[in-house]
Amino acid sequence: MASGELTSKEYIGHHLTNLTYGRHPDGTWGFAASAEEAADMGFMAVHVDSMGWAVALGITFCAIFYAAARRATSGIPGGLQNFVEAIIDFIDDLVKDIFHHTNSMVAPLALTIFVWVFLMNLMDLVPVDLLPHAAYLIGIPYMKVVPTTDPNVTMGMALFVFALVIFFSIKQKGVGGFVGELAFQPFPKFLAPVNLLLESVTLLSKPLSLGLRLFGNLYAGEMIFILIALMYVSWVTTPVAWALQWGWAVFHVLIITLQAFIFAVLTTVYIAQAYDSHGEEH
Amino acid sequence: MNINLTLFLQMIAFAAFVWFCWRFIWPPIREAMSTRVENIAKGLEAAEQSEQKLAEAGEAAARELETARAESKDILERARARGNQMVEEARTRAEEESERVKQTAQVEVEQEANRAREALRARLAELTILGTERILGERVDRKAHDRLLDDLVKEL
Repeated sequence: MASGELTSKEYIGHHLTNLTYGRHPDGTWGFAASAEEAADMGFMAVHVDSMGWAVALGITFCAIFYAAARRATSGIPGGLQNFVEAIIDFIDDLVKDIFHHTNSMVAPLALTIFVWVFLMNLMDLVPVDLLPHAAYLIGIPYMKVVPTTDPNVTMGMALFVFALVIFFSIKQKGVGGFVGELAFQPFPKFLAPVNLLLESVTLLSKPLSLGLRLFGNLYAGEMIFILIALMYVSWVTTPVAWALQWGWAVFHVLIITLQAFIFAVLTTVYIAQAYDSHGEEH
Repeated sequence: MNINLTLFLQMIAFAAFVWFCWRFIWPPIREAMSTRVENIAKGLEAAEQSEQKLAEAGEAAARELETARAESKDILERARARGNQMVEEARTRAEEESERVKQTAQVEVEQEANRAREALRARLAELTILGTERILGERVDRKAHDRLLDDLVKEL
């Protein structure tokens, strides 16, 4: 635990607070000293910890895969190349099953999502107090290490996917086709306002569900780790906490992989829908 | 849990990573993989082809051997036939030769006998004349009695 004097509520609150850099209400820029100060910054603030870990993990992904790509041989692959090829082959099969058009970007997009989200989720398996406490010791007051427990991170990704969906829809069907798809179905044309309302909800629910699903799963998972960590306070509950933590971690191995996979699959599905016109469902 | 600039920074970071992956990671690895798939396919095909060639070569060798065997048998047969023929010819020639020698000898014997007969005949004619002269006591004109003598000699 970060420090012995904290109450449970403070402990949990501390764990759920981002290291925030932003503009104070008085106009000066700086780190927020507390959760309240961070909230007062409003929109003009950055979660340095989430962004830092996300970018670091993204660079880790790029570095590992780029190392494999640079030394990629069509001869006998080494260990790293084998590993990378297995993942790429898996993603390639997945995308080919869902997406039947020619777009060289969709598969790399799915790969980036799968590996990056997986790595970000993986931070959830690092013991909850390890990194925050280490950061506390070197003078950093807050440290949330799992980027995907930050809705900014998951919604940022979802919004980028949403932007791609709209871009590909318009590129494929034209502005008229895209608007027509929103306004002229499922009911006849004279009910266009109703159609527009229904279809807009459908359209907007895609990024929202995409981002919130990942956030919700990881936030809940992190929360349970924190609650289990609270049980380390006494001799009696510590063994129980060990068992629970171990069990939850094992279960989480499944969840973090599954959530990364779902994000990648749904992204591919949404882009495939952007390409397919509603008439030719398969 | 405030929504703030992190949202947009994350979008930018995400776009950058996707772009990097799209440009520098995905293509070389996919290319290496598909090249390997091609190479393996080619290798398997080559192996299959060489196997087929080996089988064909084996068959050709067997055929070749069969032909050679048949040919040698043929040659042997012909040689045997030729040998027989030669022996036969030699025998025929020898027989002819012996026949010829026999005939020559026979002709010679006959000639000798004839010569002896002629000589005998001539001697007999002389003796006859001599005898007759003795009996008659006078000389017999040989020329006058030549025809008679010839008839006599012929009767002998």
